[in-house]
Amino acid sequence: MSPAPNPAPQRPGAAAKTPGRLRSSGSLRRRLALQLVGSAAILASVLFFAVLGFARDLSQRSHDSILFASATSILDSVTVQGGEVTLDIPYAALSMLGNISDDRVFYRVTLDDTLLTGYPDLPVQATPPKGVPITDRRQGEPSFLTTRYRDSSLRMVTLSRLMALQEGAREISISVAQTRDGQAAELAALTRSALQLGVGFFLISALLALWTAQWSIRPLDVLTGVVSRRGPKDLRPVRHAVPTEMLPLVHSLNRFIERLRISLTRSEDFIAEAAHRVRTPLATVRTQAEITLRRVDKPENRTSLREMIRAIDESSRAAGQLLDHAMVTFRTDSLERKPVELSALVAELVDRLRPVAELKDIDLCCHTRNVPALPGDAILIQNAVRNILDNAIKYSAAESRVDVTVHQTALDAVVTVTDAAGGFPDPDTTALTERFVRGSNSVGTIGSGLGLTIAREVAEAHGGQLDISPSDTGAGACVSLAFPLQ
Amino acid sequence: MRFLLVEDNASLATAVLDRLRLDGHVVDHAGDVETAEGFAATMDYDLILLDIMLPDGDGRDFLKRHRARQEKTPVIVLTARSEVSDRVGVLDLGADDYITKPFDFSELEARCRAVLRRHGGNGSNQKRFGDLLFDPMGGTLTLGTKTTSLRNKELRLLEIFLASPEQIHSKTKLVDRLFSYDEDVSENAIEVYVARLRKHLAGSCVSILTVRGLGYRVSQE
Repeated sequence: MSPAPNPAPQRPGAAAKTPGRLRSSGSLRRRLALQLVGSAAILASVLFFAVLGFARDLSQRSHDSILFASATSILDSVTVQGGEVTLDIPYAALSMLGNISDDRVFYRVTLDDTLLTGYPDLPVQATPPKGVPITDRRQGEPSFLTTRYRDSSLRMVTLSRLMALQEGAREISISVAQTRDGQAAELAALTRSALQLGVGFFLISALLALWTAQWSIRPLDVLTGVVSRRGPKDLRPVRHAVPTEMLPLVHSLNRFIERLRISLTRSEDFIAEAAHRVRTPLATVRTQAEITLRRVDKPENRTSLREMIRAIDESSRAAGQLLDHAMVTFRTDSLERKPVELSALVAELVDRLRPVAELKDIDLCCHTRNVPALPGDAILIQNAVRNILDNAIKYSAAESRVDVTVHQTALDAVVTVTDAAGGFPDPDTTALTERFVRGSNSVGTIGSGLGLTIAREVAEAHGGQLDISPSDTGAGACVSLAFPLQ
Repeated sequence: MRFLLVEDNASLATAVLDRLRLDGHVVDHAGDVETAEGFAATMDYDLILLDIMLPDGDGRDFLKRHRARQEKTPVIVLTARSEVSDRVGVLDLGADDYITKPFDFSELEARCRAVLRRHGGNGSNQKRFGDLLFDPMGGTLTLGTKTTSLRNKELRLLEIFLASPEQIHSKTKLVDRLFSYDEDVSENAIEVYVARLRKHLAGSCVSILTVRGLGYRVSQE
């Protein structure tokens, strides 16, 4: 597993390789949290109104019962003495009302419709619905009324009793009323408490909701971590324990990883096998052609055979470069960076290629300075430099010279390969790095045109670049590969 | 020169055998480790070409035993492309070089030469011709007390001449053997190298004669 791979600064050419931005359908955690918080808000308001209603009802009832007690005690003080109705309002009847608030108290006592005492303009209870027997309704049953009186809201209780007088049964009716300012204040206090209760409930529920959302999403986060921390080459199935609901997803993911692994292995094997299968018979044919060439003397036959050998060499080299290119594509897609000692790598490579250069008596001169290790894939970098060197040796005339240098600039470690092979005709240096494009002066030399493409792709995968310029003397080309040191 | 090729892929083996024999080398071919051990025990080879994946074992084991017996014969390992990590390993085990399959024959030839030259210091392959001492491994030509280092093409040309002295070599055939097929050279290019060799041979009793219309011939006075 590679330590925190820093994404390399992408050049325009490599931008196509970054996967397209996924469209997000919203956060699961936010959705869950919102739903839970929403439910909590609904529950909190239901709680608020229930508590408020209950408290209001309770306060009304206790107020009513005091009014009722007051009216009852007044009614109890009504006596009939010698056919005369006497009423002595007990002090306690009104003082008990004063105990609960400072509200003003009104009362009225009527005998049938005659006012005995109290406020004559107190509102009268609505007349009872027709058909209801008067006795049923009025005998000791209080009737309550909320109404307006003298610009105040008023709660009033009315009690009636039939009294036997000389002239027959007379109805005595007592109304006691109190303004509701105190009750309103009390209700406001109750509302505040209920509101506090509701808000408190909501806050605690919301916190719990957030925590629950976080907790429910955690296994997903853990799985994401497990999968994304993997190195680019790690294609083992996911073995991490997950909740039951996520098992199908992980199963699918594992099947997908397995398919990917098999297909990658297959294509790697296939390319290697294909190159091998192509080049081995080609080698046999080439040898046969060479043997034949030594035996024939006729110039036409010799020309044909030479053409044949050249075509075979071209195919063989192309197969090798296709293999290189496939390998480079495969490895750059999942670049694994480790410290690479560029100078040592180039020096070793030059040593390995020296025998090939000596076939054409080409002097391979290597000047390396020690540059700091750069983060990269040694196999890829080696492949890129080898392709450039191969090109230089291939296109150089016998007994010429190829110079390889490694040096450091402000940001990059640079490998340059300078040859005296005539250079590239100016206009098409960019096109040269396209696949299968060869320089216009390459006629007669074997090549598939993939060498520079490979080198450029490797450089770009590392965030570096490939430059082609005429050499200082103008006799050849100078190809440089720059790799960032950071 | 005597080569031992240990390779189980028949068509690749045939190609390598034909190619090496074409250059006049003697090559024995072993298809598995056991045969290879048999050959190596009974014969002195100048160079062993060794495949890693063999039907009855691992080429690296052969290499280990070979080095354990204090054998000096250089070994070039033929590795498959996928065995990247093996490359360093085989050098540690005592291989002198490796070449990745599939390879170009010119590269194989070049590597064989390079390895042989590094091992050629013992002089066992030196050739005496007239007053010349020619060391194809070291790439040197000694005339009296003067030792000259030959460049690759000069060396190969002299090798061809000395392999069959007194025989006429046509320019065409010499071009075939000296230049790779992707080099467009005229037959006159040979004249440059012949001139250089003549310079090296100045003062010797051996000389390169031009046979008009036919080619060249090396002769000893």
